[in-house]
Amino acid sequence: MRRPAFHLGSAFLAALFVLPILWSGWSSVRPGSGFSLDSYRRLATYGEGVGVYLTNTVLLVVLTVTGTVAVSTLAGYAFSRFAFPGRRILFGLILAILMVPYPTILIPLYVLLGKLGLQDSLVGLALVMIMFQLPFAVFMMRNSFAAVPRALDDAALIDGCGSFGVLMRVLLPAVAPGLVTVGLFAFLASWNDYVAPLILISSDERFPLPVAIVNMRLHDFGAVDYPTMQAGVMFMAAPCLALFLVLQRFYVRGFMSGALRG
Amino acid sequence: MNLLEIRKIPRVTAAGPRARRRSPDLIGLVYAAPAAVVVGLFFLAPLVLVVWMSLHKWPLLAAPAFNAPDNYTRIADNSLVADAILFTLRYTAVVTVLLFTVSFGLALLVQNRRRGVGIYRGAYFLPAAVGWATATLLFFGLLSDQIGPVNGLLESVGLIDEPVSWTAGDPSVAFGSTVVLVIWRWAGFNMIILLAGLQSIPVELYEAARVDGASPVQAFRRITLPMMRPTIALVLCLMVTGSMLGFEQFYILTRGGPGNSTTSVVMVIVREAFVRFDLGSAAALSVLVLVALVLLNALQFAAIRKRDS
Repeated sequence: MRRPAFHLGSAFLAALFVLPILWSGWSSVRPGSGFSLDSYRRLATYGEGVGVYLTNTVLLVVLTVTGTVAVSTLAGYAFSRFAFPGRRILFGLILAILMVPYPTILIPLYVLLGKLGLQDSLVGLALVMIMFQLPFAVFMMRNSFAAVPRALDDAALIDGCGSFGVLMRVLLPAVAPGLVTVGLFAFLASWNDYVAPLILISSDERFPLPVAIVNMRLHDFGAVDYPTMQAGVMFMAAPCLALFLVLQRFYVRGFMSGALRG
Repeated sequence: MNLLEIRKIPRVTAAGPRARRRSPDLIGLVYAAPAAVVVGLFFLAPLVLVVWMSLHKWPLLAAPAFNAPDNYTRIADNSLVADAILFTLRYTAVVTVLLFTVSFGLALLVQNRRRGVGIYRGAYFLPAAVGWATATLLFFGLLSDQIGPVNGLLESVGLIDEPVSWTAGDPSVAFGSTVVLVIWRWAGFNMIILLAGLQSIPVELYEAARVDGASPVQAFRRITLPMMRPTIALVLCLMVTGSMLGFEQFYILTRGGPGNSTTSVVMVIVREAFVRFDLGSAAALSVLVLVALVLLNALQFAAIRKRDS
């Protein structure tokens, strides 16, 4: 394609993709005719107060990210270094999570969490989110460990490290990029997910951000406060956009790992 | 922008690297135990439970009672379910065709390294960095006649005469809005996967074709398409699965309306459970969706395997 035509066409398309996001930011600071942060002030006092929802989301994110990173690191280490009994079955089961559609097991999970005393609980929700992250996270960590030469383990073992010491002192630094990717995707999933908290969390004071903000559209019959809603959209989108700009390398690494959810 | 430094999509294999024989293998069990507990408790147990629930009358707040196969037979009588299945299939067909065309077009447009191409890639991908529910809500504002610019823009260029209700007026308009939303949010995501496929094709193949006098169209049909088959299969697989399970774009953007015209299967499951408080019926529907999608996935994987070998 000729150069001017290529740039004209590509830039036009780029505008179509980027402008809606810019528009959302613009409309959130122009509730009337001029610039104003009123919609963000109204967002701050919306419902239980946006602080409550943000706290819920941060708690959910911290639990999900640390849980996913811890469980998948240990499992990745196990799968790449030890021929333990049941190894193939467990790996197959973890990958099978990808085959099962996300929304269809949320109904039984709702009942199950109730029986475990985790009904309407962010801890229960985080455990479910960790489970959904496992196929991607374990696959990623197993490959990260597999890429580290065994000579490193052996040297540390000769120096008197136990297998846990090898993991913590020698291997963790070597698999750090994998850890960042796994953590990034666990963050994005738990920060953004709407369906799982919609079904598993029932009281307003425990709603994470997406459920609370979407309720502006669903529950205010007839009178949706659009600028405040767009302020909410920006509030949820900003960290994701920032992470994308800073951590692009890890994004692509994650998407290319084959373990994708649509 | 350094999108696309990675050239190959690694394959998922169950076997993995050979584990070391001499290591104390049983200790591996300890390291794998947390994952095993999570999988057992939050994956296998609910899989069994959903089947068990589907065999019972299971009200949200009262004791369950065995009633098989009532939940399944009543699905056949439920006209909302039939409509939702038909709608979801129609939606899946439309979205898969359009989304694939746009994604592949974008990938072809930005496949060559040239000045500025990284910026374009980043721009097309940007909506995918925003959460799905967030993007849906953003679109709801964008399309609203309260603050959205769409009606004004279209009126000023003369495409429409009066404001259109994009999410609640005409059923086909609401349907179109969900499709546009999905393309906007997911095209860049699929573009990245297709781009990785395109870049894994050896440049020498194209050079040889050019030396042999092949036209760009011939090169595309004889080299690009065959070499891209596994990637295309993966992308189509993701699109079909994602569309069949569509929820947010209907629940949030159109509320399943106007009427029930954009009510998807997953929306019906949620409605059975938390509006009609009938968990047994929701479980039975879940089992059917689960079986259908596992079969579909298995078929697609078998097809990919066959082509690969």
